[in-house]
Amino acid sequence: MIHPIPNGTRDVLPDEMRELRAITEAMRAAFERREYGEVWTPTIEFEDVLRRGETGVDPAYRVFDDHGHVMALRPDMTVPIARVVATRYATAEPPLRFSYFAHAYRGVRPHRGQMREFLQAGVELVGAPGPHGTVEALTVLCEALDAVGLKGYRIALGSASLYPALMDTFDVPVEVRETLLAALAARDFVKLETQVRRHGLDDALVRVPQLRGGAAVLDGITGGEAGGLRAILADLPEHVSSRIVFDLGLARGLGYYTGAVFDVLDPELGEPLGGGGRYDDLLGRFGRPMPAVGFALHVDRLHLALAGEEAAA
Amino acid sequence: MTRPELTIAVPRGALLRETLDLLDAVGVETAEVRSNDRKLLFGDVGIVTMRPSDVPTYVEAGAADVGITGKDVLTEQDEREVVELLDLGYGPCRMILATVAGEPDPAAEALRRLGVMRVATKYYRIAARYFEETGRQAEIVEVKGSVELAPLTGLVEAIVDLTATGTTLRENGLVIREEIMTSTARLIANPVAHKLKSAAIDTLVARMREHRPAAPVVA
Repeated sequence: MIHPIPNGTRDVLPDEMRELRAITEAMRAAFERREYGEVWTPTIEFEDVLRRGETGVDPAYRVFDDHGHVMALRPDMTVPIARVVATRYATAEPPLRFSYFAHAYRGVRPHRGQMREFLQAGVELVGAPGPHGTVEALTVLCEALDAVGLKGYRIALGSASLYPALMDTFDVPVEVRETLLAALAARDFVKLETQVRRHGLDDALVRVPQLRGGAAVLDGITGGEAGGLRAILADLPEHVSSRIVFDLGLARGLGYYTGAVFDVLDPELGEPLGGGGRYDDLLGRFGRPMPAVGFALHVDRLHLALAGEEAAA
Repeated sequence: MTRPELTIAVPRGALLRETLDLLDAVGVETAEVRSNDRKLLFGDVGIVTMRPSDVPTYVEAGAADVGITGKDVLTEQDEREVVELLDLGYGPCRMILATVAGEPDPAAEALRRLGVMRVATKYYRIAARYFEETGRQAEIVEVKGSVELAPLTGLVEAIVDLTATGTTLRENGLVIREEIMTSTARLIANPVAHKLKSAAIDTLVARMREHRPAAPVVA
């Protein structure tokens, strides 16, 4: 008999599970060494609590509880942890360090490495501003990836506030901003160039977000964002800074990022293994304003990249 | 010979010849591709050939680092996570709504009297989005072969299809009623390769920008 399971879900059987376990146990030990305490939160939360995060990612699965309240499966773990900090650590002295291994749910087109139910491993560092908070998060990230045994990875580093600042500098009219940001988010540089030309705007609005590579790309820009990225690079230990490639057009899908953002890339996989960044305004939306930074890794993609590196070796 | 830095997905069909001309101009050897139209993979020069609609699939998965395909394909598959780098200008064509010639327009008439028009297309998502945006009820009929046949047999009242010269439409007694979008060939890249092979990709973009046939028409 064949009994179907929902689209975008899958079963994990013992051979694969042993390999996934080895990955998560190595990461758990790496997080533990840095005193990131592991938490669990409910898989299902009230929808209005999740929406308070203004992530731009709508919950894909909703149900009603026995009182008619709308509940939803969490699309990530950052918003639930922001809720935990505001309610359970309302008076605790920062910085606070949390780690998690948890399933999240999104209404994506399922493919290898991205199901609708997927396991994330990550940390949140709350109450530690940039750049030193960002430096710690990137360091923990590399320690976790090293512990797993991944060899060829790189961290693409950019800033969520860079393009908005660039639009301020060149006086981009309010009504054009959304169009440019949408083109950048869709990685459509043809549309970006067409729009910039059509509105007679400065060429830097096309050139800067396509700058990628070593620290030299920061010479192409001025202002606070370049300074912020340089400050991070200067404080990173060598084994972390050697992994960094700058990407001044990096736009992460979630709406709550405020400063430095990063993606984890590996040549063995065509999409990022995960990523993160600063979200200095999110805690304020839950009533306890504090700067914060964090990252999440897709455990399935990490597994695919490891298998790819093993096969290529 | 060293392995080429980039794997390039090249579209077979209408865009093939100009794509190969452009690759020659930017220094990618295409003689073997031209002389052998059954072979698909040319490892020595880093070229893989495929249907244009498969190019985003290979590039998104990273099986090819960069690729060339039409804007029509990219619009139909707009959920693909690829970087759109350059308008290459060649392969211009239009996505149009066409019906059988004569007045009244059978599609408008069906909409007026029956509340819905039936439309045959290979571009399901472009068509569905277009009728939604223009506030008209349409039943989209997806066909794989010659779309022009559908209105002539009474299967549908209208078609949404791609046309370069309009000759096939005219020969089948169809007229263009509306233009939905214009399309040209585009250079796309895998988002991870775009960062990890940034120097090679930037060089390719700069050379192609220099050698692309003509300044593209701004849509």
